[in-house]
Amino acid sequence: MPDNPEKIIEVKHLAKNFGKFVAVEDVSFDVFRGDVFGFLGPNGAGKSTTIRTLLSLIKPSKGDIKLFGKHLGENRNYILRRIGSIVEKPDFYKYLTAEQNLKIFARISGATVSNSQIHEMIEFVGLKGREKDKLSGFSHGMKQRLGIAQALIHDPDLIILDEPTTGLDPQGIIDIRNLILQLKNERNKTVLLSSHILSEIELIANRMVIINKGKSLVQGNVIDLLNARELLVTIQVDSTEKAIQILNNSRMNLVIDSYDANILQLQISQESIPAVNKLLCENGIQVFSIEGKRKLEDYFLKLTHV
Amino acid sequence: MFWKSTYNEFIKIAAKPRSYIGLGAITLLIGIVLFALKMDGLTYISFITAPFEQSLSFEGNLLNGNTMAFIILQMLIIHIPLLVALVTGDLVSGEAAMGTIRLLLTKPISRSSVLFSKYLAGCAYTFIIIVWLAVLALGVSKVIFGTGDLMVLNSDGLVILQQTDVLWRFVSGFAVAFLALVTVATLSLTFSCFSENSIGPIVSTMAVIILFTIIGTLDVPIFDRIRPLLFTTHMAAWRSFFEDPLPIKEIVNSLVVLVVHCVVLLAIAVYKFKHKDILS
Repeated sequence: MPDNPEKIIEVKHLAKNFGKFVAVEDVSFDVFRGDVFGFLGPNGAGKSTTIRTLLSLIKPSKGDIKLFGKHLGENRNYILRRIGSIVEKPDFYKYLTAEQNLKIFARISGATVSNSQIHEMIEFVGLKGREKDKLSGFSHGMKQRLGIAQALIHDPDLIILDEPTTGLDPQGIIDIRNLILQLKNERNKTVLLSSHILSEIELIANRMVIINKGKSLVQGNVIDLLNARELLVTIQVDSTEKAIQILNNSRMNLVIDSYDANILQLQISQESIPAVNKLLCENGIQVFSIEGKRKLEDYFLKLTHV
Repeated sequence: MFWKSTYNEFIKIAAKPRSYIGLGAITLLIGIVLFALKMDGLTYISFITAPFEQSLSFEGNLLNGNTMAFIILQMLIIHIPLLVALVTGDLVSGEAAMGTIRLLLTKPISRSSVLFSKYLAGCAYTFIIIVWLAVLALGVSKVIFGTGDLMVLNSDGLVILQQTDVLWRFVSGFAVAFLALVTVATLSLTFSCFSENSIGPIVSTMAVIILFTIIGTLDVPIFDRIRPLLFTTHMAAWRSFFEDPLPIKEIVNSLVVLVVHCVVLLAIAVYKFKHKDILS
């Protein structure tokens, strides 16, 4: 990343109330050019409200939103011209064909989109041959693909995808994941991705923010955030009882998370793994495997269940 | 962008099956009326002429296309608002119910432009309904029944208008009927901005029309002041063009009331739509 990367999205202390109900209390984050930015939070955390606010579907109660360096309130049309989005379900006009739907949204996208571009995009998302079919006969996955097509049709700089893999089968999820990576790597797009599938964020996002109960808890580089804490290390041994005794008698700073007959789970830093292995082996414990992981899911659950 | 959005709205209206319900219903109703009058029209006409037969003698083709058009217009103009509201009440709320409003309002076009596009398309649809009504009621009636003088029974008595003096009155009458239906379209569009489903605005529009019509017809002094302000009172203003002499002042007054209703309702719709949080 360059020394001073361009901020594509700047959200500062965003809040949104619906009457007495506080949907978003204090959310702040920055997305830089070229990021695949993960927007993570449990259900009801305020993800969709925040995304709708970024797209001017909802007016914020408080806070400041800048996209492409400009305030959203005063530059709505300029900003929206540079954004492609899917908000929650990909809903289209069921009585129109896929091609007609795409043309409807392309016409008001702010860009001049030719028929050949429409057909190229239909092919890009794998809907070639179905463009003349009405949407009433489309599966959820096909609608999602069309949603991606309408989000990309005007070649936007920023793509906002709110839960894009919801309701998709495993192959559909892989396809969307590959598509997002393709957008970042081949087209140099910035992507804001909200998802409840944590492994998805872990696999494709380079930066992320975690929000809970309407507040942003932490943001930063995904790898840095995951490595900042202790790993959850799973060790397969011949006798966990003996191993626990040895580890407890040692002066090492470790926490035994769980164990059964042969599997022991510890919370330790990455640097401590060789020392633990050495200690167990020197004391006659047979170590069959050691696997250290800091899964985003663990990290996410720890943060959101405080 | 506004015209592109308006073009989109025309495409949506043209592709929706419900848009053809109105045209189909008008065709069916006029077909039934014309068939019935062709079979037994003279009996129907005698209800109008009977009170005057002792003092007047009627000659010529009384059961002609002009008379048919007037009868049909009088019969259907009360029911057509439902057919208009069926489409215009769905313009905003239908998008909310389908979820397409999320995509629509994340495009770089102002919300007021989106709403005006929808309004313009709704007015165009209303115009098509009126033109179709005119073609069937006047055109087809003349083909079936021929032409002749128009006999109109109103509160002042019987008015007989020569056939050469009728066409401009019909054109003006249809134009005023169009304005009345545009008022209904504006009302349903306004309700549509407050709703997340299509049924609510359509039912609300009809409820308002029924309520106002009842208030307008109840001969109770307490309603005397508000009656001239209700748009339903002026929905029958088209009939004034079939009086002789023309009640110009009344016609202008009706036009003003209808236009004021359109402007006020549209202003409410724009305010609501611009400030609406899209949660659907």
